[in-house]
Amino acid sequence: MRALTWHGKHDVRVDTVPDPRIVNPRDAIIRITSTAICGSDLHLYDHTIPTLKSGDVLGHEFMGEVVAVGPGNTKLRVGQRVVVPFVIACGGCFFCKNLQFAACDNSNPAESADMSEFLYGYPMTGAFGYSHLTGGYAGGQAEFARVPYSDIGPIVVPEGIEDEKVLFLSDILPTGWMAAVNCDIKPEEIVAVWGCGPVGLFAIQSAFALGAHRVIAIDHYPHRLALARSMGAETINFAESNVREALVEMTGGIGPDACIDAVGMESHGFTADSVLDKVKASIKLVTDETHGLRQVIIACRKGGRISIPGVYGGVTDKFPIGAMMEKGLTIRSGQTHVQKYMPDLLKLILAGKLDTTFLISHRLPLEEAPEGYKMFKERQNEVTKVVLKPAGIVRH
Amino acid sequence: MNERISDTEDIVHAEHLAARPGDVLVGRSVTIDRPREELYAFWRNFENLPKFMHNILRVTALDATHSRWLVAAPAGKSVEWPSAITVDEPGHMIAWESEEGASIRNSGVVEFKDSPERRGTVVTVTLSYDPPGGTVGQLIAKLFHKEPKIQARRDLRRFKQLMETGEVATAAPPYAAPRA
Repeated sequence: MRALTWHGKHDVRVDTVPDPRIVNPRDAIIRITSTAICGSDLHLYDHTIPTLKSGDVLGHEFMGEVVAVGPGNTKLRVGQRVVVPFVIACGGCFFCKNLQFAACDNSNPAESADMSEFLYGYPMTGAFGYSHLTGGYAGGQAEFARVPYSDIGPIVVPEGIEDEKVLFLSDILPTGWMAAVNCDIKPEEIVAVWGCGPVGLFAIQSAFALGAHRVIAIDHYPHRLALARSMGAETINFAESNVREALVEMTGGIGPDACIDAVGMESHGFTADSVLDKVKASIKLVTDETHGLRQVIIACRKGGRISIPGVYGGVTDKFPIGAMMEKGLTIRSGQTHVQKYMPDLLKLILAGKLDTTFLISHRLPLEEAPEGYKMFKERQNEVTKVVLKPAGIVRH
Repeated sequence: MNERISDTEDIVHAEHLAARPGDVLVGRSVTIDRPREELYAFWRNFENLPKFMHNILRVTALDATHSRWLVAAPAGKSVEWPSAITVDEPGHMIAWESEEGASIRNSGVVEFKDSPERRGTVVTVTLSYDPPGGTVGQLIAKLFHKEPKIQARRDLRRFKQLMETGEVATAAPPYAAPRA
């Protein structure tokens, strides 16, 4: 089959690789009809996430048609259309039973689980196409994918609904949703969202849906800020304004009740700490550039909540621990428990209450995926989401 | 890195191990969300061990307590030895020990206890290996000496996967995880 493979920093190619097969009883094979490039894929593209190997197939946002099902799965049938969560979760461990699917104890193979146990204290869950820290599973920017525990992960979508209406159930929609859930929003509250990429925009939408009175969005790309405004958010362009001062003014001196860091590592900024991060990261003194998160912690109101859906992988410094403690902040974070949120979000989409298609700016055949990465990286203002079509582009 | 029996802490039921001073000793616990009896029964059938202990190629049961183990050695070679069950407390504990003629004298204990927090069964495995002195065993011994802790950790993870999910997680190329 054809698949998008990683070969080094800013070097991704479409190669011919072996077709995946049913290996374990609960596996399924999916013929992929739509797959997206995620903002977090850019961390792989920039090689700021470690443990990638040359030849790895990338991609963790995908959906398609079931073409084979292992004997251990009695729920899925060949021919069904499914969206696949990026988190690979077994459904049978302590964590899955507590609906903490992104903490699954079993999906990271025994050999690769060593790395995250050493780095983070406990072995992390498996995920598609996201380095060998998360298991070395092949991703979904390909014609086919093997999906483990396919009786737990993939959600069946009805015939007749277009791919693009449901594709983002795989990651960014539940990620934006969980980011807002983690803010514990009460009526009449103000939520500030750093980063108006796909997750930030969905977090804005979710915050309103969960009862936020106002949402203030922060970015420096005019087009992305315009999208945020179209969803009802007020905006701050951090290239033009001092973010903390603007937030103080906009909140009557109190500060936002909850803050979402939808930026993650490789945070941009034009301030001294950001420049220092760049220098330190370049000589590997730190791995994660966290200018955005520092600003979030300083800007949040006393006793407020901080939610971090943005991806971090390593260590940072100049972390404002004093502000966090003295102000009594609550911080919630984590990879998304996709399987937990998918069914309810699918219902909201089918009921017409959530639309995610506005985000898609570009549709490309799989063969043009390397160009998709390049444009997503270099033209972030207008390239908001790239969807790849391994089976060719079908116009509806 | 390897723990020696003289300064090993927290190893449960080490008295059931046929270990001697100087032996390499490894121990680890894991909580598995399945009933104690089920885990015991699966382990007690030693022919199941290769399903999660990846350095063991085959175990052949000879009678109720005796078996022959075929174990992978470096350079594509293998080594075989007889093993006997020395303690068998159904639902609670199994101890075994290699018999006369083993190129690497070894023994093990696995213990199954109900999780006090009702999270399933706490499984504790303690293994002991005798570093062989002779030249014959030295190459083979590398396999055990190199990282016995890593081996035990991975074997227990696979046991947990198999018991909780019915399969062992894999992303092995080319078919489980295609790559260029």
